Amino acid sequence: MTVKLYIDAIRDAMVQEMRSDPSVFVLGEDIGLRGGVFRVTQGMIEEFGEQRVMDTPLAESGIVGVAIGAAAMGLKPIAEIQFVDFILPAVNQIISEAAKMRYRSNDDWTCPMVIRAPFGGGVHGALYHSQSLEAMFYHIPGLKVVIPSTAADAKGLLTAAIRDPDPVLFFEHKGMYRSIRDDVPDGEHVVPIGQAAVRRVGTDITVITYGLMVHYAMQAADELEKEGISTHILDLRSILPLDKQAIVDSAKKTGKVLVVHEDNKTGGVGGEISAIIAEEALFDLDAPIVRLGGPDVPAMAFNASMERFYMLNPAKIADSMRALAAF
Amino acid sequence: MKGDTKLLSRHQELGLTDDQVLRMYELMLSARMVDERMWLLNRSGKIPFVVSCQGQEGPQVAAAFAMDPSVDYAAPYYRDLGVVLAFGQTPRDVFLHMFARAEDPNSGGRQMPGHYGSKKHHILSGSSPVSTQIPHAVGMALAAKMRGESFVTYVSFGEGSSNQGDFHEGCNFAGVHKLPVIFFCENNRYAISVPLQKQVACEHVADRAIGYGFPGVVVDGNDVLEVYRVMKDAILRARNGQGPTLIEAMTYRLTPHSSDDDDRVYRTKEEVDEAKRNDAIAVFRTYLQNAGILTEQRETSIKNKLVEQINEATEYAQNAIDPSPESTLLHVYAN
Repeated sequence: MTVKLYIDAIRDAMVQEMRSDPSVFVLGEDIGLRGGVFRVTQGMIEEFGEQRVMDTPLAESGIVGVAIGAAAMGLKPIAEIQFVDFILPAVNQIISEAAKMRYRSNDDWTCPMVIRAPFGGGVHGALYHSQSLEAMFYHIPGLKVVIPSTAADAKGLLTAAIRDPDPVLFFEHKGMYRSIRDDVPDGEHVVPIGQAAVRRVGTDITVITYGLMVHYAMQAADELEKEGISTHILDLRSILPLDKQAIVDSAKKTGKVLVVHEDNKTGGVGGEISAIIAEEALFDLDAPIVRLGGPDVPAMAFNASMERFYMLNPAKIADSMRALAAF
Repeated sequence: MKGDTKLLSRHQELGLTDDQVLRMYELMLSARMVDERMWLLNRSGKIPFVVSCQGQEGPQVAAAFAMDPSVDYAAPYYRDLGVVLAFGQTPRDVFLHMFARAEDPNSGGRQMPGHYGSKKHHILSGSSPVSTQIPHAVGMALAAKMRGESFVTYVSFGEGSSNQGDFHEGCNFAGVHKLPVIFFCENNRYAISVPLQKQVACEHVADRAIGYGFPGVVVDGNDVLEVYRVMKDAILRARNGQGPTLIEAMTYRLTPHSSDDDDRVYRTKEEVDEAKRNDAIAVFRTYLQNAGILTEQRETSIKNKLVEQINEATEYAQNAIDPSPESTLLHVYAN
């Protein structure tokens, strides 16, 4: 175990897989000599060369489309989209092609690829460098969507994603790259896709969340503990597939559920989680399910106070948790 | 009757034997006759949809014939029945696809007719949104380059599809990395109903190649030997590491866009009749006859063989079993 930054754990997974499997390569914008705009791929071109750490033309649909073709031929591409906000030109390739390749060919052609993209706000990224777009992909069978909240999970889930025989979207909260560090296993480390993790065991209320919000919820839970409220926290880690059993179990554990995501509330993943609980655990509930998400506006603003208004934080989450505990 | 000696030896100059050009002719005819049968089946209510290759079989077969399907790959578009047959699918395979049967090698009955794809035939699975296959072919060519393999990837599309961003993004990527891919535009002059002059402002789609740093070639699609020649050149360039080529074959779609289209509202019967007179299959037939390769007797025996094959294939596919309804749930992910 070594304490590592979230960003370094992501790189670790890629480097380890590229060392052990020559079919793995990365492609994207500015990922070569520049090491990516966030430096996720820093130093990789020196070890693996410009063919396996490939700077591509600035064209996202091309990046993903080329990766799909390479994957069809048995390579294992990791495509980096510079910001998730810029994934939209590639959505046709992701939804019409990558997600459907296995299905439409009756299990003949496949698409073993990873698309990595930083998402999330709170970094003065304004409308087009701050969004959370996971809900859009969450709806698409054929894809997997992974959002790790710890450095250890970042390494373990990315390793699993690279080895996965199907397309995986791997969303990294950019605010966590250098703010989150934890113990990361040094050698091979695989975290299975589709398994949630209990981050805190509690008895009064349950918070179900993912990404940066896991950390905010943990901080809020520390506050609430001082007030005598015990919080159970479930980190989803993968949102497609969802760990339904873990969701239902954690809902039943306290009977009071708060679902939190940074993404705006309407049509977000929280709606699906609430529906699962309503279908499977309604009679175990002691309060209506509460969803806490971003406001339903197009995206967050550049202005600092407007951005703060948009973003959730530990205090806002704590407020919702208190209200739920008091119900 | 013999014509100009120089003209008659064209196929030999290209290194093609008499048997090979006869095989090309047979494949074109097979595509045409399979297509015609599809329309009959559609109009008699047996299959819900047809999207046609008629008029384009010549350039399709010529292009595919220049490749080596045991090594090379194709990412065809929905009209490429001629390519699919030249890459080794049989009329039976095609009719199983048309009837959406469990045995359909293209999709197990999941996709609409014309959505080809089968790994064993080196044909990538295609979809309905146009041009998405172009970056895929580039990625396949990238795989060849990265692994040091010598296969070339063929990707085809219509002139309308050359307006999609994926055409530009794919060509540009392939040009930058000098990848062994051939972009084959079948310019049939209509994107469903919208004519060429409302689709592109440049004279030729091939003119766009200059912007990607590789050659663009315009070829008369009805001159199949010329199509074969420019394909051979492009393949040689690709195998020698000289990068991609954009080939634009000027052709014509003799049928409506699909079984649900009515082309009478956007083009005249006279125009279609004129195109039929220049049909690549007819032109090639004349060439083979003049060269003394295709006798009347030979023509009849080829046609009889194809009719028999197509009858057998139709019957087989018609009686083949459907996929089970519950198989809807299979193959979303790996098991």
